[in-house]
Amino acid sequence: MSKVITRKKPVKNRLRRTMMFMNAQKPGLIKDAFIYGTDSIILDLEDAVAENQKDAARFSLYHALKSVDYGDTEVIVRINGLDTPHWEEDIRVVVAGGADGIRIAKCESADDVHRVEEKVLEAEKEFGVEEGRTLLMAALESPKGILNAYEICTASDRMFGVAISGGDFRKSMHVQIQRGGIEMLTARGQMLLAARAAGVQCFDTMFPNIDDMEGFKAEVIQNHQMGFDGKSIVNPRQIEFVHKTFAPTPKEIAYAEKLVRGCQAQADAGIGVYTVDGKMVDIPFFEDAKRIIALAKACGVYHGDL
Amino acid sequence: MINAVGRNIPDYLLVNGREVYQGKGYRDGQKVTKASQTTVKHEKPEADKLAATIREACEKCGARDGMTFSFHTELRDGDYVASMVAKVLVEEMGLKDLHVAATSLGTAQNIFADYMEKGIIVEAQTSGVRGRIGEVISAGKMDKPVTIRSHGGRPRAVEAGEVHIDIAFLAAASSDCCGNARGNGGKNNFGSMGFAMHDAHFADHTVIITDTLVPFPNVPCSISAIDVDAVVVVDAIGNPAKISTKEARITDNPRELMMAKNVANVIAALPYFVDGFSFQTGVGGPSLAVNRFLEEYMIEKGITMSFALGGTTSAVCALQDKGLVQKICDTQDFDTGAAAHLQANPTKHIEMDLSQYASAGNKGAFVNKLDYVVLSALEIDTKFNVNVITGSDGVLRGAPGGHPDAAAGAKCCIIVTPLTRGRMATVCKDVVTVTTPGDCVDVLVTDFGTAVNPARQDIIDCLDAAGIKHVPIEKLQEKAYDMVGEPDALEWEDKVVAVVEARDGTILDVVRQVKPFHF
Repeated sequence: MSKVITRKKPVKNRLRRTMMFMNAQKPGLIKDAFIYGTDSIILDLEDAVAENQKDAARFSLYHALKSVDYGDTEVIVRINGLDTPHWEEDIRVVVAGGADGIRIAKCESADDVHRVEEKVLEAEKEFGVEEGRTLLMAALESPKGILNAYEICTASDRMFGVAISGGDFRKSMHVQIQRGGIEMLTARGQMLLAARAAGVQCFDTMFPNIDDMEGFKAEVIQNHQMGFDGKSIVNPRQIEFVHKTFAPTPKEIAYAEKLVRGCQAQADAGIGVYTVDGKMVDIPFFEDAKRIIALAKACGVYHGDL
Repeated sequence: MINAVGRNIPDYLLVNGREVYQGKGYRDGQKVTKASQTTVKHEKPEADKLAATIREACEKCGARDGMTFSFHTELRDGDYVASMVAKVLVEEMGLKDLHVAATSLGTAQNIFADYMEKGIIVEAQTSGVRGRIGEVISAGKMDKPVTIRSHGGRPRAVEAGEVHIDIAFLAAASSDCCGNARGNGGKNNFGSMGFAMHDAHFADHTVIITDTLVPFPNVPCSISAIDVDAVVVVDAIGNPAKISTKEARITDNPRELMMAKNVANVIAALPYFVDGFSFQTGVGGPSLAVNRFLEEYMIEKGITMSFALGGTTSAVCALQDKGLVQKICDTQDFDTGAAAHLQANPTKHIEMDLSQYASAGNKGAFVNKLDYVVLSALEIDTKFNVNVITGSDGVLRGAPGGHPDAAAGAKCCIIVTPLTRGRMATVCKDVVTVTTPGDCVDVLVTDFGTAVNPARQDIIDCLDAAGIKHVPIEKLQEKAYDMVGEPDALEWEDKVVAVVEARDGTILDVVRQVKPFHF
């Protein structure tokens, strides 16, 4: 294992249907976590790691990043909260190791993002990493974080998305997890609006009970209906259903294909107002159709030539 | 002489018509004269065949120096009978030059290792070797090489007269006083006696050893009294905790589940996956879990399985109870749930002997009707040759069982194994020992990807059409070496300690004495 891994430059707007949490301290888990086909792995330095094991976890994380070829699977690291003595050292290790991005835990304001961004830039300079390479995402875990979602999403060019973190959020709202998700409906909705307005991605919280597949499926379907880009997961068994649910249906693909082909042909012919099946098509429809084709390709369900 | 899988077989082994492996189906259509046993007429009515002790039964059957005795291993690590018998033969009767014809040799027969070291057991044939016996054999402590035969190869060799069994000592869960015996109906039920039935027909003498004597007639029976010379009642035929678990549980390990799912995806993508398809799988983590995913695909497609073959678990029985499997053809039961299911479903769950199951020497082995078999491997090389007998240190520690037979017979043989085990690459350039030749293996599923034998372009086309990703097997081997390194070649002495016989009787490979390792 003498080969040192250099990861490709991270892409901000890539496919992130599933982001799987793994304890960074467990080599047996992280050594080949990419085999399950999750889009992103989140190596966790925060809650999964005991207070007196933070150094050991960083060590394990750094060597995993340097020696394991995760291929096209994105590698994000969840760092410790900004109210802890750990987060700055966490950032140095993440950047030195060459991870694709950082998940900021308990983010509540644009200022939190700026503090992280500043340390990331310092670390990039310190370790000779391309400046701006390391991406950021924020976990919103409190009412304040949700209310400040838009300023958080727009706080940095490095930001690719936000995620709600259900455990802490429900505690601060004095609610329990509910079938149907009524307890987080407003927060999810507000975060989605902010993310879309800012042009970044939006991810739902993880579903904690691995054995309750029915409850999990219901939540994933709702996530998809609400417009999330993906979901945090905690077990490889949860991957397949999310990917299946987030893949466009054959009907959606067929319509999108028709739209894209029709609009392209009309654009080539110099026609400014697109019509498909006799109906006028606005530009956002065309853009959405292109997004659906790209998503279908990434999900492996589009075999056409667009 | 170099054989069809590239192994160099010493010429001194190629005597009395023995040939090297030539490829799958080489001896198809060849004529064979069946050997027959010399047996005893019991013309006059007799009250019973009970013998007070194993020794009395041995004496009645003319146990002598130089004889071959056999036993079955359907009680696995829980078996008491083989050791009990060997102790009587060696320590009470003082016999020597003994030959063993076993369906397997494991930790339950550890005492055999002592007798092998002392030169009392001088020859052995078995389908598997585990525990201390393997270490003794691999250290070159026996003069003659052990013969490794598959479950189908063993009855073939017996019928061809290559193995002649003088006395078969067969453990039974229940028997009547005349020797009508079963694997159920007693204190230590183990289910199918598929490993034992053929021996009873072909041995000169058969002794039934049971811990549960039941009233005559104990029918329907697995072993008939017409083949039995003596019945011995002992306190216990085995340790129930080690005979089998209550239910072989399906794994919850995500890696194994993923591999199982990928195996099921391959199965569902091939043209054999239609109503009436047939299937065999093992009891290992990912293999067993295939049942679960297959169930989903069968329900989705509205099809049923015509028969499930081989070693049986509760998982397959549950599929039958849901109406998804017409017949279970059962050679051994891996858990007590399966053993009880055999007893409770006599028309749908059938006991099957090893010849009918897997022999290449008869006219209708069931493996030849298999569509799919899912098997594991200790190692598989880039020629798709599989090793399930020797460990990474070259020591005998595995069991081909029905692996080579089912692989040869099935239309699609799928090997499922993790890419690495600990520090060892499972997918390698050359396996230590070939136990199933690559011309019988079609697909490899690992946790790092799937590979198809290039000889099966038809399967490649099906997977492509279904959008199932696959890579050349060399890519998987390179990935494995990349992760754990390429192992140094093992070092061997010249002495051959075991001959791996292909199911048709040709020689597939040899295992040599391990050279002590110096650091």
